[in-house]
Amino acid sequence: MGIYELSLATVVCINIILALGLNMITGFCGQISLGHAAFYGVGAYTAALLAKAGFSAMVSLPFAMLMAGIVGVIVGLTSLRVRHDFLAITTMGAGFLFLGIVRQEDRFLGGELGISSIPSIGLDKAGYFLLVLLLAALAAAFSLYVKRSWMGFAFEAVADDEDTARMLSVDVPAYKLAAFAMGTAMAGLAGGLYAYFARFIMPDDFGFITSITILSMVAVGGIGSIFGVIIATAILTLMPEFFRFIGNYKLLVYGILLFAVMRFAPDGLAGLGRLVFKRRVVKGETP
Amino acid sequence: MLALFLENVMLYIELLLQGLISGCVYATIAVGLTLVYSLLRILHIAHAGLFALGGYIGLLLTNTTGSLILATPLAAALVGVLGMAIYRLCYQPILNRPPYVALIASIGLFIAMEEIFRLIFGPYGLSYTQPPLQTTYTFAGMTIRAVEIVIVTGSVLILGILSWLAQKTRMGVAWRATVDDPQMAESFGISVLQVRYLNFFIGSALAAVAGVFVSLLSNLVEPTMGGVPSYKALAIIVLGGLGNVAGTMFASLLLGVTEAFGTIYIGEYMDRDAIAFAFMIVILMVRPQGLFGRR
Repeated sequence: MGIYELSLATVVCINIILALGLNMITGFCGQISLGHAAFYGVGAYTAALLAKAGFSAMVSLPFAMLMAGIVGVIVGLTSLRVRHDFLAITTMGAGFLFLGIVRQEDRFLGGELGISSIPSIGLDKAGYFLLVLLLAALAAAFSLYVKRSWMGFAFEAVADDEDTARMLSVDVPAYKLAAFAMGTAMAGLAGGLYAYFARFIMPDDFGFITSITILSMVAVGGIGSIFGVIIATAILTLMPEFFRFIGNYKLLVYGILLFAVMRFAPDGLAGLGRLVFKRRVVKGETP
Repeated sequence: MLALFLENVMLYIELLLQGLISGCVYATIAVGLTLVYSLLRILHIAHAGLFALGGYIGLLLTNTTGSLILATPLAAALVGVLGMAIYRLCYQPILNRPPYVALIASIGLFIAMEEIFRLIFGPYGLSYTQPPLQTTYTFAGMTIRAVEIVIVTGSVLILGILSWLAQKTRMGVAWRATVDDPQMAESFGISVLQVRYLNFFIGSALAAVAGVFVSLLSNLVEPTMGGVPSYKALAIIVLGGLGNVAGTMFASLLLGVTEAFGTIYIGEYMDRDAIAFAFMIVILMVRPQGLFGRR
């Protein structure tokens, strides 16, 4: 693989970690988050600052996860307070809050200009790709493990019907917080990896559009499906690269795709896959 | 000492006025959103696209016909019909899905609309060839533009007429009954479908009027103009207690004023949009059901 393909593959793996993180919150536990890019950003800024202060990646990456996880739990606490359909807006607000603060703070965080000349991690392109690939595989394995564990069942119960779950003495608040902590820590890891990869970060990398892009990866893949999300992330990340001619229309295609998937196949790629493999005919619903 | 005090009072009054003006614009956008939410439990993000479209149509019609008074109702009517089409084609088929399906579909629709505006009208935005209502009045040391007066009186008038219609006409009664209890309303012979269409028409038309207001204020329409004010409209309807029209109007004014004061006093630490959302999050921590919501 050339340098260009290596870079692309690295970005795909970073995005997979990011999307699997959101899948943990939205897919497994049913809590809609429209501010996932903020946790990605917290991880990226934490890792960048620590790296510039002379710490190695062994310190900065775990710390990026920790910071993002802590902020995630704080936002998760709001999810316990507000009603279900308020949560999308609260998390969106948290995203704008993060962006607004980072933009105005130019002494430590570089304001609009962001942070540049982040030190290298000390691996060449191929080595870094292998590291990111390994971490993405770990994230996928961890997701699979959580999904099949007792916690995964509890998440599913919370996602399906919170009140019934509570009645069955599932500790709903604790599981919601756990989902937020794990999902946002994964976003923090992805952010740290992105900071070491790009070696230059700025506020706009972590805006609302990024949050929506991550959400579209999860939604197109099929909310809650690990393999669906991985495939959708790869497709959506590579699509603008392979089809250079849609470059200018990239966001238009995203928007239409997001809408079309929700309108015609709300279960995403995973749902389509199930349809093909089981050859189950679903009759069109009449409104 | 007294002079300093007076100067401060003047500043406060001016900030209050600016806040109320943006509050009126927010209210005109947010009422449509809250109408859709109260009827269908959908967070209608694409409302922001209709707002921007209203701005574009209003500006283009004013530039070609030269008459703002003609352009504004026309923009409102066109966008209102489009809002009805969006309901029929996009929301109606997925109403019985979990709420996030409609939310994500709506976000997709909004992004696509923004991009279409960018591709058709260009990324840099359009301006009025002859900006209307630019006369300024000086009053007790403060300058007020005619646009600002029109916006405040216009939005108060429109929202006033609307609430009168909701209270006094058969249509309004049918609408309120449907919001309260759709099944009961239907069994009394009210066409729920017609109420929904009406709802989307009025909400979208209001968004278009707000779009024209904003285009007049800044003499600019651009593809991304729907973004920030409409995210704020979401914050407002949450603050007002989702689905509560009076609460929404009050929350709009409150947010406008908070922003105006916030940019002066804490603008160093966060930008205007962040202030709005910080305000929302603080309020929600204290009152999770919103300012006027019922649990």
